[in-house]
Amino acid sequence: MAIEVRIPTILRTYTDGAKAVDAEGASLAALIDSLDANHPGIKERLIENGDLRRFINIYVNDEDVRFLGGLEAELSDGDQVVVLPAVAGG
Amino acid sequence: MLTIDQATFDAIVAHAKRDHPVEACGIVAGPEGADRPERFIEMVNAAGSPTFYEYDSTDLLELYKEMDQRDEEPVIIYHSHTATEAYPSVTDINLASEPGAHYVLVSTREHGNNEGPVDFRSYRIVEGVVTEEEVTVVPTLRSES
Repeated sequence: MAIEVRIPTILRTYTDGAKAVDAEGASLAALIDSLDANHPGIKERLIENGDLRRFINIYVNDEDVRFLGGLEAELSDGDQVVVLPAVAGG
Repeated sequence: MLTIDQATFDAIVAHAKRDHPVEACGIVAGPEGADRPERFIEMVNAAGSPTFYEYDSTDLLELYKEMDQRDEEPVIIYHSHTATEAYPSVTDINLASEPGAHYVLVSTREHGNNEGPVDFRSYRIVEGVVTEEEVTVVPTLRSES
């Protein structure tokens, strides 16, 4: 069983261009480790100093994970995870 | 080069003037791979700041899901500078995450909310490198194709 993770354009260099990949994990942290095992380097683009990067948004079933416990957010098979970099600037 | 129709150009300028002194931001979506900015979408600056902009995270997800369903991509990502020139700031460069998009900057520092010309400039921002490009305003995009 797997969880589908939607990958934004800028991170598709890690997934050979794939828009979505499967990963596994009972929490977001575990999911990201599983992603990184298959797509080395992607974790560093998502996490900094043990926390989600400020300008990376991750959604589980359309909900921003910041409201679901961040990296501790619990996941189940069939959940839909979307990664989107913030559109922001100065 | 960025080719943009007059109505979309005017809409971006109007949004920037209306929101001054807060930074205005938005996107113009178009069919994937076509480089045609067709669908103008104003976004809310969740930061509500004169020196920073950020799409609300829920709005951002909605926007990308909608573009996905319509086989669109962000062709233009625009925002305004309200006290400085229409050139990407260090923050703009560090946070630019759409290497395929035209990053449009509008400066409202001269006339603020009032009538008057604004600086309207476009850039590619790829891996920290900024390249300015020419902007061509056409009456309509259709006449080009």
